[in-house]
Amino acid sequence: MAEHIVSSYDTELQHLRRRISEMGGIAEKMLVDAMTGLVRGDLPLAQTVIAADPRLDMLQREVEESAILTIARRQPLAVDLRETISAIRVSGDVERIGDLAKNIAKRTVAIAGQFQPQKIVVGLQHMNDLVLGQLKDVLDAYSQQDTAKALDVWQRDGAIDALYTSLFRELLTYMMEDPRNISFCTHLLFCAKNIERIGDHTTNIAETVHYLVTGETLAIDRPKNDTSIDATLDIGA
Amino acid sequence: MSPVAVSTSSAVGKSTANAAAPIRIAVRKLDFYYGDFKGLKDINLNFHDRQVTALIGPSGCGKSTLLRTFNRIYSLYPEQRAEGEIILDGKNVLSPSIDVNELRARVGMVFQKPTPFPMSIYDNVAFGIRLYEKLPRAELDVRVEEALRKAALWDEVKDKLKQSGMGLSGGQQQRLCIARTIAQRPEVILFDEPTSALDPISTGKIEELIEQLRSEFTIVIVTHNMQQAARISQFTAFMYLGELVEFDVTTKMFMNPSKKQTQDYITGRFG
Amino acid sequence: MDTALQASSTAPAPWGRVRRSRYVADKTLRIVCTIFTGIGAIALGWILLMLLYQGLTALSPAVFANTTPGPMTQGGGIINAITGSLILTFLGIVVATPVGIMAGTYLAEYGKGSKLASVIRFVNDILLAAPSILIGLFVYTLMVQPMGGYSGWAGGVALAIIAVPVIVRTTEDMLRLVPGSLREAGVALGAPMSVVIRSISWRAARSGMVTGVLLATARIAGETAPLLFTALNNNFWFRADLMGGVSNLPVMIYQFALSPYQNWRELAWAGALVITLSILALSVVARLLFKKDSVR
Repeated sequence: MAEHIVSSYDTELQHLRRRISEMGGIAEKMLVDAMTGLVRGDLPLAQTVIAADPRLDMLQREVEESAILTIARRQPLAVDLRETISAIRVSGDVERIGDLAKNIAKRTVAIAGQFQPQKIVVGLQHMNDLVLGQLKDVLDAYSQQDTAKALDVWQRDGAIDALYTSLFRELLTYMMEDPRNISFCTHLLFCAKNIERIGDHTTNIAETVHYLVTGETLAIDRPKNDTSIDATLDIGA
Repeated sequence: MSPVAVSTSSAVGKSTANAAAPIRIAVRKLDFYYGDFKGLKDINLNFHDRQVTALIGPSGCGKSTLLRTFNRIYSLYPEQRAEGEIILDGKNVLSPSIDVNELRARVGMVFQKPTPFPMSIYDNVAFGIRLYEKLPRAELDVRVEEALRKAALWDEVKDKLKQSGMGLSGGQQQRLCIARTIAQRPEVILFDEPTSALDPISTGKIEELIEQLRSEFTIVIVTHNMQQAARISQFTAFMYLGELVEFDVTTKMFMNPSKKQTQDYITGRFG
Repeated sequence: MDTALQASSTAPAPWGRVRRSRYVADKTLRIVCTIFTGIGAIALGWILLMLLYQGLTALSPAVFANTTPGPMTQGGGIINAITGSLILTFLGIVVATPVGIMAGTYLAEYGKGSKLASVIRFVNDILLAAPSILIGLFVYTLMVQPMGGYSGWAGGVALAIIAVPVIVRTTEDMLRLVPGSLREAGVALGAPMSVVIRSISWRAARSGMVTGVLLATARIAGETAPLLFTALNNNFWFRADLMGGVSNLPVMIYQFALSPYQNWRELAWAGALVITLSILALSVVARLLFKKDSVR
């Protein structure tokens, strides 16, 4: 795209993009570390995840403020307006992803030293790998303005939902087997839920990328495979 | 989770474009010449009834030229001529058989700089009416008041109708000119950058006024202010180098234009 | 050199860098201009003072009560010359005003950019600068000879010919000052050109046009040369049909000032004062009128 006549306008938009990729990097690292910490019971690592979150929050506020300033100063139109609005949205999603990763790390601290069924942990790890892949891809799609890639992430998120449902069933089984399992199973259930929510945020970002590039909102409903609500009913029955 | 289907063209509120509104002015294969220079090239464009259509584009792109063909005011200058058709209410206004003065009473125009005539406020507004109608004084008074009210100027000038129109502030003068135009009860009103000489508050008043006038008149406005076009128009045409580049619903034009040239211009990327 | 350049890019430029010679040049030009302005003003002031002194001593009620005296008589006045001048000027301006305004309107409104208009404008400018004696000669051959004698009519026509180009020029200039957008606004309301000119252009340029007429009046009130060949002068009241000579101030001044008689010379000064004061009054009125309207 050609440059603006006013070069400081370009600088402002570039600043937004840079901040968001910085945020993306931090969120990715937090997610990886949170999961590694959970799997290995590595408490210091979990602590670094918790410590990284304020930086992400700060960056998000900064993106929001400079986006608002750009709107006030330049009254952006068309692609510039979409870019500015997208920056606000994406930074919000990434900030939430950071919060969810932090929450996993906190739970890691809470359940430290307790028995962890290998099957569940492997399932969580797998789910996390998928979500991490989605996050990386969608952030790439954002920086490259690649709708195809964004749409791909958007489609893929169904798999995460399916994994979540199966983990949900699994954890319910453990809890019914022995009430002493309930405490840590609940924590792990929340971890699974957090990862599933992170997946949702990646699809939000994917939708934002699509809007940013095409100027149109994705109209059709995203494919969903989260049937955990039915699962509850199954077991209750 | 995923949002409801929202296409950018169907914005909310009273400024919704009504593409189904009947076509009031149809421009067909319009070429315009300043002597040997071709100022407009094969313009084809429709203007919808009781909608505001904004013409945007860089200086010299022909937007004012296009505006000035609708009332044939260009014919004041012998070296200028238009070819093609502009159909207004079933007649080609470019045809020699059209009486230009009658046409101009039908198609009013408001200019960039306020143009109050050197006479009283009352006479300014009555000027256009007196040209074509012989009204008894009382009736004329009613028409003048009606026009001034519609132009949102009545309360400010009702006690000084006999004073010179030149004594008003810039914004008031411009509203006086709008009152003078609507006093003739035209069907179409052309605005040629009506607020470029005004401060933001006066500009706001004129924009508010244009929004109200839309219920009665078909409005075409030339503006250099992109945000203004986005605020007050339902349709927008982008012109460049005498050609029509893109015409669409305003919300679409300013959120997601189809042509790269349009995008570059409205986002301030023009070389 | 290098360090100076570096200093200028980082530190502010030092004060006191302007060369001494510039101050000198500046002052010199100012002093020279002031001196020559002074010389001009002194010359003008001298003329005015002399006129005031001589004119005021010569002025008395009798000057406005009696007609011009014959040779070798005492006293006398210039009432016939004042009245004659008024009539000639009036005649001239009455003829010149419609011609000048219409022609000026043509040039500014209808003939804009046309060949004919530029020719007329050119001729008008020549006429504006033409020696007035030439115009006197012209009217002499055109009117005085065929009519068989000097007349006020011929004088009026000669003055009109001098006034016309002034009025044409000011009318055109004033109409050109009327913004084109005002005309367009009138036309855009569906007004025919004639209405636009009458109710908008003329109205907007009114004060300037009136000023033009007043200035033309002041100009012809003091003209001598064209009257020498046309209205001439005499020492009596003019005839009701204005045939024969019509006494008037400028020619009276010319003749009396060169005469050997003391009372004639005094009357010439009185006449000069009267004419100067009336021209001054006209100019002031014109200026006030123009100012009043242009401040809006």
